[in-house]
Amino acid sequence: MHITSPAFKQNARHALADANLQRALSNARTGFVEKRARAVAALPEFEALREEGRDLKNHVLAHLDFYLDTYAKAVEANGGTVHWCETADDARRAVVEICRAVGARTVTKGKSMIGEELGINEHLETAGIAPIETDLGEYIIQLRKEPPSHIIAPAIHLNREDWIEAFREKHTALPADRAFAERKTLIDEARSVLRSRFLAADVGITGANMLIAETGSSVIVTNEGNGDLTQTLPKVHIVLASVEKVVPTLEDACTILRLLARSATGQDFSTYTTFSTGPRRAGDLDGPGEYHVILLDNGRTSMIGTEFQEMLRCIRCAACMNHCPVYGAVGGHAYGWVYPGPMGSVLTPSLIGVDKAGHLPNASTFCGRCESVCPMKIPLPKMMRHWREREFERHLSPSAARFGLGAWAWFAKRPWAYRLAARLGAGVLGIAGRKRGRLGALPLAGGWTDGRDMPTPEGETFQARYARLKKQGLV
Amino acid sequence: MPETKPRVALFVTCLVDLYRPTVGFAAIKLLKQAGCTVEVPPNQTCCGQPAYNSGDKADAADIARSVIALLEPYDYVAVPSGSCGGMIHDQYAVLLASDPEWKARAERVGAKTFELVSFLVDVMGMAGVEASYQGTVTYHDSCSGLRELGVKAQPRALLATVAGLTLAEMEDAEVCCGFGGTFCVKYPDISVRMVSDKVENIRRSGADTLLAGDLGCLLNMSGRLSRLGHEVRVRHVAEVLAGVTDQVPPIGAGKGG
Repeated sequence: MHITSPAFKQNARHALADANLQRALSNARTGFVEKRARAVAALPEFEALREEGRDLKNHVLAHLDFYLDTYAKAVEANGGTVHWCETADDARRAVVEICRAVGARTVTKGKSMIGEELGINEHLETAGIAPIETDLGEYIIQLRKEPPSHIIAPAIHLNREDWIEAFREKHTALPADRAFAERKTLIDEARSVLRSRFLAADVGITGANMLIAETGSSVIVTNEGNGDLTQTLPKVHIVLASVEKVVPTLEDACTILRLLARSATGQDFSTYTTFSTGPRRAGDLDGPGEYHVILLDNGRTSMIGTEFQEMLRCIRCAACMNHCPVYGAVGGHAYGWVYPGPMGSVLTPSLIGVDKAGHLPNASTFCGRCESVCPMKIPLPKMMRHWREREFERHLSPSAARFGLGAWAWFAKRPWAYRLAARLGAGVLGIAGRKRGRLGALPLAGGWTDGRDMPTPEGETFQARYARLKKQGLV
Repeated sequence: MPETKPRVALFVTCLVDLYRPTVGFAAIKLLKQAGCTVEVPPNQTCCGQPAYNSGDKADAADIARSVIALLEPYDYVAVPSGSCGGMIHDQYAVLLASDPEWKARAERVGAKTFELVSFLVDVMGMAGVEASYQGTVTYHDSCSGLRELGVKAQPRALLATVAGLTLAEMEDAEVCCGFGGTFCVKYPDISVRMVSDKVENIRRSGADTLLAGDLGCLLNMSGRLSRLGHEVRVRHVAEVLAGVTDQVPPIGAGKGG
């Protein structure tokens, strides 16, 4: 996937000026938040579950080698194959080889963020294999040739008119003057178009919300059932999963499932929760003949033992971005790579480098709302700060900002100089804005005054007034 | 309430020092009303957040160590800001974690440091204030105070005892105003968009006065309110609780003339 994270500022400016995007975002903003709040309020043990989830994932990360090994052995005992892929390249190659081995011409795909991370669709197309997204949102953005803008609601940046336009343009076999009276009409059309694709596909690719070491199962949750058709109808099922998705037991998977849907969509449980355990066995009525797991590292294991390890607890529920006021203002595409919002602001620099993704951890007010709703209690603001520290150490932050900070720190460490400078600043600004109490423009402060007035100080610093009153015995 | 008068340090904060000294004097008045002996430790500058949040750990740690040494002699520290309060209460120990001696000192000072209004209510047991204010106010929950220090009910409890005051809650009172320290000048487009949403919620609450416990957020919201021509009076909550609103015009409003 083409990376535009270095242009985050320009991306954000365009997003803020895009009226259609802003309309879509404002419709989306409250829904997830209210639904999650209701689901959480209805479950008294939700806080305890969060702690359980956090501890569970911490345990897994401390013994990741053991659980991955156990998982891989279980998959193989069930007749499946695990492909250990250190890099995205390794994973892409493995997927194409599996497809070629069965002479695949079309591949259906369930929703997978690892698929996005690999850019697997472009890669399949280059290999002459047609990928077809089957999640409704993913299907629409595939028609529009766009990346997802959200990790669970990939087309959240679109309005209904955009869907209708894409359908009219691409479903040319249908009457051009057909009406789209309601949401259901759109869904019915997608269903009828996709049904034949499901039946024709040679290979089905899904992601995995979890991998279970005990049983060798992969787990997906969907609300459309598209994942089930993707993985049961074709001859071959390929699971794309990253290493941190493993959990020890079926019971542990259930703990995370109790947190996942509530945090994501405010549902108690997703409509479909599907466990896949190997290829079709003798006597099974359906299921794929081959079951492959692409187990991707792509930089994750190098986060272990660093201040970013806790990010690997993430279960991709999207609660952080649903509650993030910055995401809500600019949408997901502005972040410029696969993972947007607060989790992306921590993960993306790990995966593509902080030199490219440096804006992401900086574009946060540290309001902390993401951490407060994270089902895995990931300290997202703390880790964004750690990225800022890395940038500062490597002199990646802008030189003007570094100079300003250095000058400020010089004063802040010398109270006598600081007092003088503060008195001077407060005095000058106080006089300049005495009548109106605010300034509409201020040299070097365009970042503030382009959109806001600058309220002016009272004129005398607290310290000066306190010293004066103290001398007079008035405080 | 503690039996003997506790000796409380007022950590003024750099923004109150520079912009709004009245908030500092309002804090002193409230702390005295609550039964404290108040002192203003000399040589305080800033809590160090600008450096800390910009990734400059070395400068932030230098500042943290001097603030800790400055505040150690007192029974408690009160801060008229949830953001600076949270920095001292929680973050100093994180910042100095690699040095066991300083980490312990940071934790001791952190444990006795409180945001002003929550200190008055939770530690000093203050149940009401002697103040009056004619108006309908709405209260913005600043992020660090709310999420780091649990400041939510305390200011509302004391505001409920101000004669003449009506509280009208705004929608999304807990959503960030877009200030975020250096964020507001590093990403002004996003910041202005966030504060515009906040201003819309303030306006829709019908309140004639906006209160909050953090001056950074107040300057941001005041600046956007006046830029859009909204006649909402903006004040730090301590000014209303201390009954000193006659001493200074609202934030961003001039003396006229």
